Amino acid sequence: MKAAPFEYFRVGAVDEACAMLAADENARVIAGGQTLVPMMVMRLARPTRLVDINRIAELSYIRSDGDVISIGATTRQCLVERDARIAANLPLLASAISFVGHAATRARGTIGGSLANADPAAELPLIAITLDANLTYRLGGRTEKIAARDFYIGPMTTSLPSGAVLTSVQFPKWLGKVGVGFCEVNTRRSDFALVAAAAQVELTDDGRFNRIAIGIGAATDFPIRLASAEEQLKGGTLDALAVKGAVLEALTDVAPLSDLHASAEYRRRVAVSLATRAVADARAHAIGKRRDAN
Amino acid sequence: MRINLTVNGTEHALEVEPRTTLLDCLREHLGLKGAHVGCEHGVCGACTVLFDGVAVRACLMFAPQAEGTPITTIEGVTPGPGELSPLQDAFCETHGLQCGYCTPAMILAAHALLADNPDPTRDDIVEAISGNLCRCTGYAQIIEAIALAADRIRGRNRPSELRR
Repeated sequence: MKAAPFEYFRVGAVDEACAMLAADENARVIAGGQTLVPMMVMRLARPTRLVDINRIAELSYIRSDGDVISIGATTRQCLVERDARIAANLPLLASAISFVGHAATRARGTIGGSLANADPAAELPLIAITLDANLTYRLGGRTEKIAARDFYIGPMTTSLPSGAVLTSVQFPKWLGKVGVGFCEVNTRRSDFALVAAAAQVELTDDGRFNRIAIGIGAATDFPIRLASAEEQLKGGTLDALAVKGAVLEALTDVAPLSDLHASAEYRRRVAVSLATRAVADARAHAIGKRRDAN
Repeated sequence: MRINLTVNGTEHALEVEPRTTLLDCLREHLGLKGAHVGCEHGVCGACTVLFDGVAVRACLMFAPQAEGTPITTIEGVTPGPGELSPLQDAFCETHGLQCGYCTPAMILAAHALLADNPDPTRDDIVEAISGNLCRCTGYAQIIEAIALAADRIRGRNRPSELRR
């Protein structure tokens, strides 16, 4: 036996899961388990009670509601990877999802699990922050919402209240001529990112970009937006020099993580390169679409 | 706790501690040693089994979580005693293994691929086994084996006049 002993409960409803969590302060929710199980077998996590939410049928769905795509917390990552509505409406999520683990872990890993786990190097929190997603959770019989930008507060740490169960995530659709770019540097395919960059841009009819979102993951305790660069580049044509200058400036005050795998200086250099590249890819993607449309 | 697992078409009633991983349960309780213990934290892929036909890591699931879902191990893919599945046969023929440690998992990952996509490109094959580490072959013959098996399985279901 590698994991410490625990009680196992399989629940059929969200409020039942909340009650199970409330009864034991060392209880943890298990969804796909693709991070929690290895943490438990290495005894980095020692929950005394596991509340298995995999069989709560109403938590697994992908819905398109008006200008929002809603994804249930236990929706498997592989379902998002193959969904035509995700490909059409959330191209940034579609391009990042194949970087999440391997095919065999995406078969079990869930969207909500990765968002709530808050690994600094995880792709899904980066996409949630870049696209201004909202997260929905259930606590004490009430349903609450929180913005992704307020959700992440540290490495593996979120503002999800103790005893709450994350139930879904809502991604806003961008309805114009959208382009996306996603780049990542890691040591081997599908391993943890050393730095990841995501960009989504929207092109107007006069050839300018009126909406720009740029996010950096794995470089800091949790994913960040390059807000000053977005502001500076807004309304322009995203020429390469302007993008590089704005990205460099936005990253000046950021203190990247430093560890065995990559120094802070390396992460900063890679962040500048990847953010510049992600914006260039997004720009080319949007312009290509525009040409197609005309 | 008491659980029921359906493995290779047979239902088993078992008494396990909740902390038993599906991998340990298959090996220790059911004697199915074809699911191999490698890294035990989801990196190497040696413990791959089919969970409702989809390749998953048996080390990343606790045994009680697997209740009610059909599981297939390498012991369950052969058509009969002493026989080999087309994929196993192709691995032998192309020398798609050396030490054999990663092989059951490679074959199951390939089974899941071919069930979903009978005519995979080389990229599809590489993607399907990208989570399975092999330290002997350099992967080339493994890819060759899966392509050969795919070709044979497609051929078997084709009218004879259309076969190559």
